[in-house]
Amino acid sequence: MNFASQFLKDARVMAGDLQHRKIIRTALSHYEVARDQRKASFQSWESARQLAAEAKWDALNHLDKYLVEFTAKIEARGTKVHWASTAAQAREIILQIVRDKKAKSVIKSKAMTAEEIHLNDALEHAGLNVVENDLGEFIVQLRHEAPYHIVFPSMHLTRGEISELFQRELGSAPTNDPEELTMIARRALRKKFLTADIGITGANFAIAETGMISITENEGNARLTAALPKTMISLLGIEKILPKMGDLALFLPILATAGAGQPLTCYNTMYGGPRQPGESDGPEEWHVVLLDNHRTELLADAEQRDALHCIRCGACLNVCPIFKNIGGHTYGTTYGGPIGSVITPHLRGLQDWKHLSNASSLCGACTEACPVKINLHHHLLQNRRNAAAQQPTLKERIGFKSFVQLANHPKLWAFAKKFARLTQPLQKLVKGTRLDPGYHWTQTRDLPDVAPETFKDWWRKRK
Amino acid sequence: MTEREKILARVREALKTPAPLPGSHGEIHLPASAKTISTARQWLPKVGESFDEQLALFAKNTAELKADFQLLNSADEARQALLRLRESENWKRAACHSGGLTDAICPPLNLPLLRTDKPYNVHELETCDVGISECDALVAQTGSVLVTNRSAGGRALSVLPPHHVVLARREQLVADLPAAFELLQQKYVANYPSMISFITGPSRTGDIERILVLGAHGPKKLTIFCL
Repeated sequence: MNFASQFLKDARVMAGDLQHRKIIRTALSHYEVARDQRKASFQSWESARQLAAEAKWDALNHLDKYLVEFTAKIEARGTKVHWASTAAQAREIILQIVRDKKAKSVIKSKAMTAEEIHLNDALEHAGLNVVENDLGEFIVQLRHEAPYHIVFPSMHLTRGEISELFQRELGSAPTNDPEELTMIARRALRKKFLTADIGITGANFAIAETGMISITENEGNARLTAALPKTMISLLGIEKILPKMGDLALFLPILATAGAGQPLTCYNTMYGGPRQPGESDGPEEWHVVLLDNHRTELLADAEQRDALHCIRCGACLNVCPIFKNIGGHTYGTTYGGPIGSVITPHLRGLQDWKHLSNASSLCGACTEACPVKINLHHHLLQNRRNAAAQQPTLKERIGFKSFVQLANHPKLWAFAKKFARLTQPLQKLVKGTRLDPGYHWTQTRDLPDVAPETFKDWWRKRK
Repeated sequence: MTEREKILARVREALKTPAPLPGSHGEIHLPASAKTISTARQWLPKVGESFDEQLALFAKNTAELKADFQLLNSADEARQALLRLRESENWKRAACHSGGLTDAICPPLNLPLLRTDKPYNVHELETCDVGISECDALVAQTGSVLVTNRSAGGRALSVLPPHHVVLARREQLVADLPAAFELLQQKYVANYPSMISFITGPSRTGDIERILVLGAHGPKKLTIFCL
């Protein structure tokens, strides 16, 4: 089954799953209130978005300069920088570090880039014990599932399901208390933190001016990952660049506001190197892996270059009527929701993933929610256009050719209208069944009735 | 050609086509280079100008974050407050680092003290009930404590023990995030610490049904003494 038919099949099931819908609505209702309160606390949220979009525009449109600056600065303090054009190269770089260190256990804080390159599978395949330490990621890892949402990985699960999972996988006592469940995970993971050989993190921003990465998190898991293991590896996409450290004064609060409705996320931490002379703790070695993996192809599309502004806050997912109905797993992609529908065709192939461009009501809620002003719903239209121009489907070709004939010949046009009026009652008999020529449309929608008389006829009679 | 050269070559090739400016619907744009840290200040949440307003805002923000903020008049009051915490939480071991405030306030606790300025055993830190540190700044706008591994006893002291106590001076209060970044630049531009962190409330998670739980991996309690 190809990606498009799998998507349609799963979407149909999920759209009818009322329990799922209820869980997602409840989870997001708190977020919506908090987000709006935080937005209102800005002197001007709109101007803040504009400023953020301009800073990202500057970063992306001078990316070569800033990448060179970032690398020079961060290497000067003893960090090893690696460059990976593909996911396979990035996996191999990380596996090589792990082999050099003769490591057995890896502790990993949340990183969507690592999901993108399927890093855990590669590490486990090489015989390593890999543990996710963000609570939500830990839960979905125990379930052998992909994260449901780029910010809230386990938002589709109830506390009962999580309790059962912990009983089965960790041997814990049953409880329905979220606090008790969190403490079970804390205790299990604390042991891993203290013994892991290698800590892997992602990054939210990379600062060119000072050669630092910045990690945003609520739990303290990334801070522990960057403090305890002897070797630290950070994997990030090349688009994470921000020109100046001071840009964070804007980006940290907008990320927290758009992402979770918080004034600031609990820990926003900048790292500029491994343990420096005179420092008492932190990793002895730090490797930063810069990943391309088709990002330069998206960069080359000037029209959609702003999709690389994305700070992965998840705001566009949270407002998307499609996401709220079909859920995060249905997309079948690392990045779900509107931003995922825009970038996945660039990252994984336009023809295989063009169906995501149609999974949209084009309501524009995503574009309005985006804190860095990515023109999301227009990019969905552009992907539709590009996909059709590159490889039009036979049905569409025939359809449009026939329409051109009809529209260019008034007599044929008049006949078609009469024909439609006469045959519509027949269509009603088979509406929504396979016999209906408009099956794909009519199985879930009504076809409006053709008017009993045409405008032209009416006009003629009126005279 | 190395991968670095290949990636940079692809980037340069891609950027030959210019991209439209964001939100360009006839608005006038400053060139990005003309903007500084403080450009953001006018759009971020408002902060009063006087010290009292800023202190009140910091107190309000920390209360919302479920951190415990105490304004104290002297080192002696801080020692008393710390002793009360020791009693109520039944601390057995504490960890701290050397510094003007910590040296004045921690020893009278009469607890075994682990110092984290010099290389230490992380398993010992794990057994401590509290980590006591100084900081670089308090940020009124967000209720954050700004720490670095240089000012706050390394990377782990402020995140590994279940309770983090911050000792700060009133003059360390800054108005907003732009001011905090300006302070970092002034203080460290020649040689930045390898870790700089804004701590905004105790460790938290909402990963189970989006219900707030404190103490996910870091400290469940954050206490800030301002002298």
